[in-house]
Amino acid sequence: MTHAPELGYALTVAALALAVYGCSVSAVGAASGRLALRRSSERAAIGVFVLTTCCILLLVYAFLTFDFSIRYVASNTNRGTPFYYRITALWGALEGSIILWAWMLSVYTLIVVAQYRRRQPEFYPWVLAVMLGIAAFFFLVMTIPAPPFARLTPIPPDGRGLNPLLEDSGMITHPVALYLGFTGFTVPFAFAMAALISGRTGDEWITITRRWTIIAWYFLSLGLLIGGWWSYHVLGWGGYWAWDPVENAAFMPWLTATALLHSVMIQERRRMLKLWNLTLIILTFGLTLFGTFLTRSGIIGSVHAFSQGSVGQFFLAFLALVLLGSFSLLAWRFDRLRGQTQLDSAVSRESAFLLNNVLLLAATFTVFFGTVFPLLSEAVRGVKVSVGAPFFNLVNIPVFLALLFLMGVGPLIAWRRASADNLRRNFLKPVIVGIVAAGVLRLLGIGNALVLLCMALVAFVTVTIALDFFRAVRARRRTAPGWLSAAGGLLLNQNRRYGGFVVHLGILVVALGVAGSQAWSVQTETTLEPGQSVELAGYRVRFDRLAASEESNHFKVTGTFTVANGRDSLAVLAPAKKFYPQEQTPIAYVDYRLGLIEDLYVVLGDFARDGSHATIKVQVNRMVSWLWIGGLILTLGAALAILPDRRRPA
Amino acid sequence: MSFPRHAGRWLIPLAVLPVLILLAYGFRTNPRDVPSPLIGKPAAPFSLRAFDGESLSLEALRGRVVVVNFWASWCVPSCYEEAPALERGWLAYKDRGVALIGVNIQDKEEPAKKFLAEFGHTFPNAPDPAGRVSVDYGVYGVPETFFIDRAGRIRFKHVGAITDEVLKRNVDALLAEPA
Repeated sequence: MTHAPELGYALTVAALALAVYGCSVSAVGAASGRLALRRSSERAAIGVFVLTTCCILLLVYAFLTFDFSIRYVASNTNRGTPFYYRITALWGALEGSIILWAWMLSVYTLIVVAQYRRRQPEFYPWVLAVMLGIAAFFFLVMTIPAPPFARLTPIPPDGRGLNPLLEDSGMITHPVALYLGFTGFTVPFAFAMAALISGRTGDEWITITRRWTIIAWYFLSLGLLIGGWWSYHVLGWGGYWAWDPVENAAFMPWLTATALLHSVMIQERRRMLKLWNLTLIILTFGLTLFGTFLTRSGIIGSVHAFSQGSVGQFFLAFLALVLLGSFSLLAWRFDRLRGQTQLDSAVSRESAFLLNNVLLLAATFTVFFGTVFPLLSEAVRGVKVSVGAPFFNLVNIPVFLALLFLMGVGPLIAWRRASADNLRRNFLKPVIVGIVAAGVLRLLGIGNALVLLCMALVAFVTVTIALDFFRAVRARRRTAPGWLSAAGGLLLNQNRRYGGFVVHLGILVVALGVAGSQAWSVQTETTLEPGQSVELAGYRVRFDRLAASEESNHFKVTGTFTVANGRDSLAVLAPAKKFYPQEQTPIAYVDYRLGLIEDLYVVLGDFARDGSHATIKVQVNRMVSWLWIGGLILTLGAALAILPDRRRPA
Repeated sequence: MSFPRHAGRWLIPLAVLPVLILLAYGFRTNPRDVPSPLIGKPAAPFSLRAFDGESLSLEALRGRVVVVNFWASWCVPSCYEEAPALERGWLAYKDRGVALIGVNIQDKEEPAKKFLAEFGHTFPNAPDPAGRVSVDYGVYGVPETFFIDRAGRIRFKHVGAITDEVLKRNVDALLAEPA
């Protein structure tokens, strides 16, 4: 009998009390200007961090020592769970995810304290108050509807075990990246609220916010990417994105944050769009809460079966508070926020960015609409109807293609008003290359109009980026010793601009991966006896045998398949089915052979117990690897853009 | 009296209200609450050998209200949380002609017997070694509890840990029906 549950609960309640205290004191300190209060709230922030860290360590310790007196431990691990999955089981379900979330928030809060207590002494107490207030909400959730340290009596001899789908390396990193992204958006939100409350709605805070937004955006992108990879190599359906409500929940803040990263530049450059940027920040933060609400409330069915208890009601109440509160502040400060500048011309960088924002918001709205449609149809017509992938694809594909086009136009078109000369100089060659590329690809036999359009746009944008980079390097070459150092210096000195370009290149590669995999992947499903083969797209897959084995926490049936290409034997693939005692349906274990052009992907289906036959699904998925490569390029670009800005503002 | 300038700005916060109301509406129903097609249908007959060696047959219980509970010793925490309620329900209703049967599925004998001993269950419990009964009842995840009326029809199904209230409510409803 341990007292870990009581200790954990005490830590949680103490963290809640301290967060509430720190939030109030910081707000009073900000309003009254009393320094002692501010110092006290800083100490409270440190205290919250220490307490949350203790909570996490205590729970990890409970997992490592199989302390099944804690309900959460017993529900998410058993004696067969491998060592590192016992640590990642920490965020395998709701309660632990909330702790992790609160902990990340407390880390971000500490960084904010450390960075801005001297640089922004009047402004940042409000930021701290908002962040601690949000942290307090998470501690409230940990105290009432989802206590991670709830006691289980009697203590079971063994635990239930982690959801087998989560026993995967992708699950170690995916939630962490995703939550770092979600919680990261708290910082821009807190700055925005501080600006509205204090009335200091100048432009300084938006510059601070921009870097924090990129940081959160970077992690969210990484999280989405790893989520796609997990879906691809674990779920066994051969896809990476299903427009599932939970995927959409993570995608929507990504879309609005992407819009924000672009429109912030207009505010920095032209003092426009203050109101709009604040709205985007609020929307992005609201969507992260909405995402958690959607995932955890169970109001909309999803393959991600997470729903539980009254957590949904708590999140909805908090979402309502955040949205109504922040938009009311916005309305209150309305007069200070309206821009004085007008758009000079429809053919300008401002308008390209505005159009980009409109399109990204249209995509967000579409995804939101499609996600809540089952609720809407039930409320209006009394029938629950889901919209599937066809709806999302139909509406979003044209939007994303238009965004690709703007990706080429935006960075190069002139501010204010583009002259005919500016247009000719920057876009004549790229447009020609795009058209020629489309013609050549058509002659090479690509008939799919959407793929052709996508590839032509990719060629167009790539040339605009190459052209710009080449010109800039050539200009720099006059002072730098060599081409290479000129290019390197450019990347580091104008890291914002060129980090952005690298992100764009990553998106282009992802776009090719999406287009190629949607258009050209093929699959077949068949039942084979040992020695028989199935052929698909030049591959011959031979069924050799079935073998059964007892693993630490499940029973596994593995098929052995030899893959040949023409006469050469390429690989032996071993897809399996895993039978966990706590799961009704077996879990597929996919085996694959990844390649730059195509992946061979084999899933074991039904089989005879005596090994006399087995059903397999064979897929040749084309260009899926481009998604991961593009994603990697994208995150590198984002990292480059996060580096401190070397240019001094003029 | 002059209308305040920019009163329309307050439409910004108001615009989120419909969305919030829609989301709140979502709590009215549970998307996972798929009605079992077995409700109202005759309960599939089964005969099992209980852990104590007795034979257990649903047919033999015709004319009585029967509660069938599917469980497993690895089912943490739900089966552990409901176990005391089951025993309490059994003690309260066994003299009123109600039969309670525990069906242990996808389990091993040793931990299952340990589970029964730990909770001191006195109602009959039997393993379902081939999983046939759980398939017949469409058991998706343990624990699930089925309430069968005197005519041998499945009338209610409860998914997840059962509580004293749910047990009492459903059993009382079936007992109140004319024999």
